[in-house]
Amino acid sequence: MDIYVCIKRVADTSEVDIEIDRTGLALTEDDFSYDINEWDNFAVEAALQLKEEHGGKVTALTVGIEDDEEVLRRALAMGCDEALHLSDPCFEGSDAWGIAQILSAALKGKPLDLLLFGTVSADEGAGQTGGFVAGLLDLPMVSLATSLKVNGSIATVSHEVEGGLERVRELDLPAVVTVQTGINEPRYVSIRGIRKVSGIEIPVSGVGDLGLDPNQVGASGARVKLEELFLPPQGQSAQMLEGSDDEIIDKLLDLLQENGGL
Amino acid sequence: MRDILVLIEDLIDAPAELAAAARCFGDVQTTAFVSGGTESEHQMLAGLFDCVKVAPAASDANWCAEFLCAQILPLLDSMQPHLVLMHHTNNGLDLAPLLAAKSDRPMLADCISLESRENGVSAVRTVFGGKVHARISATDSATGYFATVRSGAFSMPEDTATKSGSIVALPLIETAPRRRFIETITPEAGAVDITQSEILVAVGRGIDDEDNMEIVEELADALGAELACTRPVVDKGWLEKSRQVGTSGLTVKPKIYLTVGVSGSFQHLGGIKGGPFMVAINQDAAAPIFAAADVGIVGDLFDLVPLLEEKIRERKG
Amino acid sequence: MAAALGALTLILNRRLALLRAAAAEPRTGDWGARLKRLLVIGFGQSRQPRYLVAGLVHVVLFAGFMLLSLRSMSLIAEPFWPGISNIGEPYTFIRHMAAALVLVGCAIAAWRRVVVRPARYHDRHATVSHTKEAVAILSLISFLMIADAAFDFGGSEGVRKVAFWAHNSALLFFLCLLPYGKHFHVITALPNVFFSSLKLSGVVKPPSYSESDFDALETVGVSKLEDFTWKQLLDVYSCVDCGRCSDHCPAYASKSPLSPRMLNIKTRDAAFEHYPIKGEITPPEKRADLVGEVITPDELWSCTTCGACQEACPVTIEYLDRIVDMRRFLVDDGNLPATLQKPMAALEKRGNPYGKMARKRGDTGVRVLKEGDACDTLFFTDSCAAFDPRVQETAIAFGEILAQAGVDAGTLGKDEVDSGHEARRFGEEGLFLTLREQNLEAMDKREFTQIVTTDPHALNALKNDYELEQPVLHHSQYLAKLLSEGKLPLQPLGDNRRYTFHDPCYLGRHNNEYAAPRDVLNAIPGIETVEMERSRNRSFCCGAGSLNLFHETECERRMGELRLDMVAESGADVVVTACPFCLSNLEDAAKTTGRENEIEIIDLAELVQRSLGKTKQPEKE
Repeated sequence: MDIYVCIKRVADTSEVDIEIDRTGLALTEDDFSYDINEWDNFAVEAALQLKEEHGGKVTALTVGIEDDEEVLRRALAMGCDEALHLSDPCFEGSDAWGIAQILSAALKGKPLDLLLFGTVSADEGAGQTGGFVAGLLDLPMVSLATSLKVNGSIATVSHEVEGGLERVRELDLPAVVTVQTGINEPRYVSIRGIRKVSGIEIPVSGVGDLGLDPNQVGASGARVKLEELFLPPQGQSAQMLEGSDDEIIDKLLDLLQENGGL
Repeated sequence: MRDILVLIEDLIDAPAELAAAARCFGDVQTTAFVSGGTESEHQMLAGLFDCVKVAPAASDANWCAEFLCAQILPLLDSMQPHLVLMHHTNNGLDLAPLLAAKSDRPMLADCISLESRENGVSAVRTVFGGKVHARISATDSATGYFATVRSGAFSMPEDTATKSGSIVALPLIETAPRRRFIETITPEAGAVDITQSEILVAVGRGIDDEDNMEIVEELADALGAELACTRPVVDKGWLEKSRQVGTSGLTVKPKIYLTVGVSGSFQHLGGIKGGPFMVAINQDAAAPIFAAADVGIVGDLFDLVPLLEEKIRERKG
Repeated sequence: MAAALGALTLILNRRLALLRAAAAEPRTGDWGARLKRLLVIGFGQSRQPRYLVAGLVHVVLFAGFMLLSLRSMSLIAEPFWPGISNIGEPYTFIRHMAAALVLVGCAIAAWRRVVVRPARYHDRHATVSHTKEAVAILSLISFLMIADAAFDFGGSEGVRKVAFWAHNSALLFFLCLLPYGKHFHVITALPNVFFSSLKLSGVVKPPSYSESDFDALETVGVSKLEDFTWKQLLDVYSCVDCGRCSDHCPAYASKSPLSPRMLNIKTRDAAFEHYPIKGEITPPEKRADLVGEVITPDELWSCTTCGACQEACPVTIEYLDRIVDMRRFLVDDGNLPATLQKPMAALEKRGNPYGKMARKRGDTGVRVLKEGDACDTLFFTDSCAAFDPRVQETAIAFGEILAQAGVDAGTLGKDEVDSGHEARRFGEEGLFLTLREQNLEAMDKREFTQIVTTDPHALNALKNDYELEQPVLHHSQYLAKLLSEGKLPLQPLGDNRRYTFHDPCYLGRHNNEYAAPRDVLNAIPGIETVEMERSRNRSFCCGAGSLNLFHETECERRMGELRLDMVAESGADVVVTACPFCLSNLEDAAKTTGRENEIEIIDLAELVQRSLGKTKQPEKE
């Protein structure tokens, strides 16, 4: 079984005071630490568990700058067999559509049974790349998978739908599945594990290798442009409500209503 | 006049919200697409949109992205709408990117506001778990645009279901789906998955006694929320482990997080992700929860919680 | 008889086969110290009386065995050298007394096993009871005593002859039977004590003794029997299932999945099964996974490494190195609970388990040393005092005391990362090595003559894991030193509350410091102190620190709450401790048990600061 997992390196902003840089288009990155996107980590684990059950090969791929290779190495340490780094100066500034173009170009013609993504990324949070690639490669897809089994040329997937329900689907392989967190318990990658794969040469493919037109990708090819980033109006710590109990509760109700809580 | 095609997946609150979102584009011709549904539902849609296109339901009557793509793509070809609009829900995640790719339209996902531009569309969406807002735009597209909007982000004045749109039945386009429905799993009664809840009421040890759980249960019920809790509450056996939020419990991503008697230990806060609107009610003004919350109330929860519950029920009617 | 002796040799040889297949561990040298331990703990039975009745019975049985061994051996030799068994007075009198006492001892032991049934003998996690085995062995011992007596007082030659053969066959049967069960300890216990570790228990064994380069190791940790060192297996052979380890284990007391005794028993059962006395050795791939199945990850992650088990063991069985070795395997295998993966990743990415940014470290008020700066005393706060606001207060208090005493102190500031103490003990050796390297590099760029820390875990790491040239002191030791130099003019606290000291595991048991904090405490004029029953080397872990705080082991009642019960029992109003995690856990427990207005938890530094008149005594509730 040939499984490909598309992963992404994202910034962990949980403990950081977010600042928007001078261009207004990016965050000040000084304090960021980076790691594999949480959803993608579950996707890698799902791929590895399928490989352990059925045999085959798992390949991790990412689109990004040199530093993004880190997540591929992590995937190798987890047990992926191969990694492919899609990197080229003209990829920079790609929107999700551009990323999907690059991934599709890299995957086209590959002996692929299953293509996994994390459902969304912690930074952009749009949840569209997997669907784009499924559309571009014309593969059937299920999103938000919470369990994934393969039997012969059919994958059985349950996935989250509205109202706390789950639906079970059958997919003809090859197919795309985007994975929801909690589908499994991703294995730990020790420092030693990372060091053991530090010597592996990870192949890099650029725009020429993929047969892409440079104008299709990168900032110039982006169909959706970022115009500005701004911070939502919000104080640092809690707005304390004061007054009589009645007044407090009325104020609270207004705030709840404004924030979609009623 | 510009055409907007609205894809309807849920017939309860969604149509009015989508009609409101379409209004951001001024004077437009709106068409609603729905697969299946009853006649009265179609009538309801006709009150909100200029035209309602009704495709046959999928044979298994379940949301099937592949089936829907096959029904919608010819419609896009014939209508050439300026914009396709749907909700960024689980079903939206399943269908929208696929359809946007197949119809070659730039997609603006999970928008919380929309704006028409002379040469395109601009939107605001949240990034980095809601910590940052981004204004994005797509312009000069020859194929039109696709946008998904966040549930609850657009609301419609009450009096707007005044249209009397036409209702048109679409022919069934046969597909040989490579993706098939097997079954729907309903969670067992009693088994809750708080990781999927949009509104959570979290209880901490400030609740003091198991008998007091009742007042927060009532509050959760009034809010339509699930109950969550901190570790000590589980330790005491007042709530089950499947409701514990924190480093040794579950990670939740609600939109609203209302805490009652929660001090705000790092273990507990470590389980709250996605930047929800957080309200804290606690007796101790120095409790660390107030550093994490958006709104804080220092006071006796035994007075405040029942009052809050009562007023919520009043407002909800 | 010769055949029986031959059989015993063969049986022992088969038991040794596993030890020969095991990993290396140097336990030679320092013979004087070893002999001393053998005499005190082995022959002297020094750890027995902690349990008075059982302990004394054991001392009697052991002494009886020792006294009678000459007689037993001479009886075995009797057929070859007739008359050799007649050693004469006063030995005959002594051995009659000994035999009588052993008989009484056996009776008491059997009565305890069958009638009293102390909870300690019946492990919650045990699947089989060892009562029958115990009673059988006690009967056999009694039979030996009676046969011996019959040989002496038998009257007729016929009776004497029967008694003689009965004694000798029973004795040889007894010896051959020992290696089949838990009574193997009769043979292995003394060697086990002799080869026991002479290091501080805070020292963790390296992943391998034969390969010092961690990255060069083929495999890490223990996943199967042969991965243990020979000494770790000798430990397992030497366990007689007395249950003292689990009886002292806070994880067992809190009803978590761990019982240290079961680690021995399950490993020994596996050893006996797969290295049988008769038949083939089972190849590893045909066995149930020792680590993962037989011993579950939950058991291993429940340990706080407090060391109470090994301190309680009468035959010096070591547990922590084994637990850490098995954890090392789990970590290397990716089998780390999600609750621990997050703080581990935070340690890797940000140098502290909270994932906070280095520049957000709390200010201790102590001068931050820039690269190239020098000071006398380097104050290493470790993560907790840097990022937990409550614990930071203790670091500030200590910083103020240093300033008042005129100490030239400095910190590494944001160049300090977590000591890695818990990362190492949770089996993530690579992460520990990385953190140590970062700290050593930061230290290298500054000059100082000694280090002080308010965290016993940091003390243990810096002192025992870092191999620094400079001495490392705990703040209790530092305060005791300042006191003896007359630099701390302590004043009466002006209250009539009772104070007790809670010994942090890594200060007391693991680094043998019980006196310094008590010296400081008792130097406060007019202070009234009490000791808890579980104090000093019997101290009961608060629930432990650092990564344990994230993991929060499943249990019925938290260790901190159990500890607060003991505080309440002692009648103390204030618990003084000297560890940030003890402080947090116990304060937490005071809240969850509704004792926040009855029992105050305070760090030694804060108490000293209070006694110096720097802060006000809180209003009496």
